[in-house]
Amino acid sequence: MSTPYLRLSGIRKDYGSFTALNDVALDIAQGEFVCFLGPSGCGKTTLLRIIAGLEVQSAGRIELGGRDISRLPPAERDYGIVFQSYALFPNLSVADNVAYGLVNRRAGKAQVTARVAELLALVGLPGSQARFPAQLSGGQQQRIALARALACAPSLLLLDEPLSALDAIVRVKLRGEIRSLQRKLGVTTVMVTHDQEEAFAVADRIVVMNHGGIEQVGTAIQIYREPATLFVADFVGRINALTATLEAGGLRLGTQVFRCEHESLSGHAAGRELRVYLRPEDVLARPIPDGDSNVFEAQIDAIEFMGPYCLVRVHGESLGSAKLTVYLSLNYLAEAQLQVGSRLKLRLMAERMRVFS
Amino acid sequence: MSSIALRGAPVRQQIHWTERFAHAALLLVALALIAFLAAPLIAILQKAIEDAQGRYVGLANFVAYAKTPALLQSLWNSVWVSVVVTLVTIPIAFVFAYALTRSRMRYRNLARSITLVPLLAPSLLAAISLIYWFGNQGVLKSWLTQLGIEQIYGAPGIVLAEIFSTFPHALMILVTALTAADARLYEAADSMGTSAARKFFTITLPGAKYGLISAALVTFTLVITDFGIPKVIGGSFNVLATDVFKLVIGQQDFQRGAVVALLLLAPALLTFAVDHWVSRKQTAMLTARAVPYAPKRAPVFDALMSLYCLGTCALILAMLGMALFASFATLWPYNLAPSLRHYRMGLFDAEVGEAFANSLKMGVGTAVFGTALVFVGAYMLEKTQGMRPLRALVRLLAMLPMAVPGLVLGLGYIFFFNARGNPLGGLYHTLTLLTVCTIVHFYTTGHLTAVTALKSLDAEFESVSASLKVPFYKTFWRVTLPICTPALVDIARYFFINAMTTISAAVFLYSPQTKVAAIAILNLDEAGEIGAAAAMAILIVAANTIATCIFMGLSWWIDRRTQAWKQP
Repeated sequence: MSTPYLRLSGIRKDYGSFTALNDVALDIAQGEFVCFLGPSGCGKTTLLRIIAGLEVQSAGRIELGGRDISRLPPAERDYGIVFQSYALFPNLSVADNVAYGLVNRRAGKAQVTARVAELLALVGLPGSQARFPAQLSGGQQQRIALARALACAPSLLLLDEPLSALDAIVRVKLRGEIRSLQRKLGVTTVMVTHDQEEAFAVADRIVVMNHGGIEQVGTAIQIYREPATLFVADFVGRINALTATLEAGGLRLGTQVFRCEHESLSGHAAGRELRVYLRPEDVLARPIPDGDSNVFEAQIDAIEFMGPYCLVRVHGESLGSAKLTVYLSLNYLAEAQLQVGSRLKLRLMAERMRVFS
Repeated sequence: MSSIALRGAPVRQQIHWTERFAHAALLLVALALIAFLAAPLIAILQKAIEDAQGRYVGLANFVAYAKTPALLQSLWNSVWVSVVVTLVTIPIAFVFAYALTRSRMRYRNLARSITLVPLLAPSLLAAISLIYWFGNQGVLKSWLTQLGIEQIYGAPGIVLAEIFSTFPHALMILVTALTAADARLYEAADSMGTSAARKFFTITLPGAKYGLISAALVTFTLVITDFGIPKVIGGSFNVLATDVFKLVIGQQDFQRGAVVALLLLAPALLTFAVDHWVSRKQTAMLTARAVPYAPKRAPVFDALMSLYCLGTCALILAMLGMALFASFATLWPYNLAPSLRHYRMGLFDAEVGEAFANSLKMGVGTAVFGTALVFVGAYMLEKTQGMRPLRALVRLLAMLPMAVPGLVLGLGYIFFFNARGNPLGGLYHTLTLLTVCTIVHFYTTGHLTAVTALKSLDAEFESVSASLKVPFYKTFWRVTLPICTPALVDIARYFFINAMTTISAAVFLYSPQTKVAAIAILNLDEAGEIGAAAAMAILIVAANTIATCIFMGLSWWIDRRTQAWKQP
């Protein structure tokens, strides 16, 4: 990465004896869209609030555009922020809300009016100047909050779970709009979310956090395909966690030895017990090449209908006590006349079997 | 090098210059509460362990007190009278609250309004009325004799008058407790075929448990610390509150006065602590998912409840009505023809007019400055950052007045502001100090109203403003204050009404020039001018009624003006 625009180093936050953030370091490039993703209590919101200056870190340094802002009060940093609750001023009209920060900068009245109109058009609500927040839907209110945050053209946009209070359909629509708006304006953006699908959909890079630390930083594909830690593998997406023993020919699961072609296998001593992580979509029902050592005989224990595909839970005699979850398309299940109790052949993808010690 | 520094002291954010205003304002509120609340209370503690020459004597004053049979008799009188009033008032108020919240009787709002009438009057109004009903020349004196009670003066009068004046307080708490019911519990009980009595004892009563405890404690404390009623109708029946007055004003025995004041502080502090504990329990009981209870129509039950409320309201109105009637009677009981004699006598001959003007000045001053102080204090606590230790102190001091009876506060003011060398001594006997004392006395309720209003605002308004580089005071002015105006009107009304009716603290602090109306009533009664006393009490009720109407009009007007942004 070229010189980072936002640089966090050694960020630590203690609440009494509880450490909310422990030695967090992160570089964010100019114009990048970064998501903080993690379970509740992982410290993602605290980190965002520290960047905003709304919480004070116990230790650590924050640089924004080459300027040390570690000790600056919020008003002297340069950012716009949007909260889950919108935090629109209920007694002010939409125009007054959007112009709230502009008026303070002694801009001319005509200038302010023009800028407000421009911003409202930008967020897709032109002509709503005279309305009050209570007269708008949740999604509309959040757009106004976004317009207000962008009004002063900040160099950094902070979004604190901006979509969590909205219902599912509005959420999907608005996240797409936030993403395209961000691209258009090129504003460096940090968004906190606990929804991985949301993070996948909008982020250039995702920062997966847990217990006050960063587990992994990477693109959506990197996080999904190459989880760096057990936590990331468990937290992001659905996964099969299996216990295997390393042998000469590969990994032994139950009585069968499977080939593993993942680079994470190197460096482990033979005979060791290892954790093997494999996503449901990496267990295939077709094609099944003849004589492939990664094919095993499975029996269906349960089928959970999910729409276009089904979540199928299976076990195999050769696998011992291990149980697997696989995705099978609805069409395939019908075509092969599979139901609970049916037997079928499945193949584990050798190049996708990620190993942890 | 920097990493070593980082490991050491925690990072401190620079303070934006606008934040200094917030800190200064918080400091001012803290100083005001220290000077006008903490210092006077400390002065009482100090007096209690000193002798008349100001030498430290340890607990000698307490020992001397315990050896004075007359004072111990007062203590016993105070306690048993308070217990009796509590035991009578709570069931009466509970049934009334039950009727208001759990029946479909008609005119519920009217009944509710009538019960609030006693709040508009000084507590001694009830005592004056009782004298007209049951006094030596009372209309129903014979009833009393038939009951075997020799005279109304003394314990019987105190008990009856206190029931009247504490009823609305107990009722408010119980209505709140009974309103907080989850309909789903009753539906579940109905689905299992539970009897009405069993539902009452297994759902209703346990649900109102904390409300009952709280109401009982508040009633007990109000009675034991009340001064006006025992003074007017107590006769030779001594209680702690009248003892304090006699010791301090009559005998100038500050030390023993301080000991008695501390005795009065004890039940109030207990109530405060229990109430705090209760309110935490109460909120935990009703979850956000509860379904509010809506009573069903039940003709017989509704009729019984209506009858009960009608009876109770009639008693309340009889109390008020008698004072009203007597205030216009030319010469009780011989010439009952209506005249303005008592009003003329009170307002002009006894110069109560001036006292009344003082009361109005104090009422307005308390409403304006009290509301401003309370709201600014609450805002600084809830919505600004920094100065942690000072914040904790202000929080504590804001809650403390709830636990301090007016009599004790007034006594503290004498000890503190009348002390030699106090730079604030010039305030003694002034209307300013009376106003300040009243603000402090009623601070907590106003503070809690303000805090509730502020807590209901989005917690991120201040964060958003800071990110937009708008100083907090602009957001305070443009957003917080406009949204909170209904709460401000409520606080101002509460301050005004209480300033008009309060006696307990003022009785220690007035001078002939700064006498207030409620005190003037006391003096008229002492001088035997009970008709004029009734007239002046009625004037206070009238003034408070008008003020309430004005405040209600104000609320209505604000509501209309702000409707635009409230309704979708």
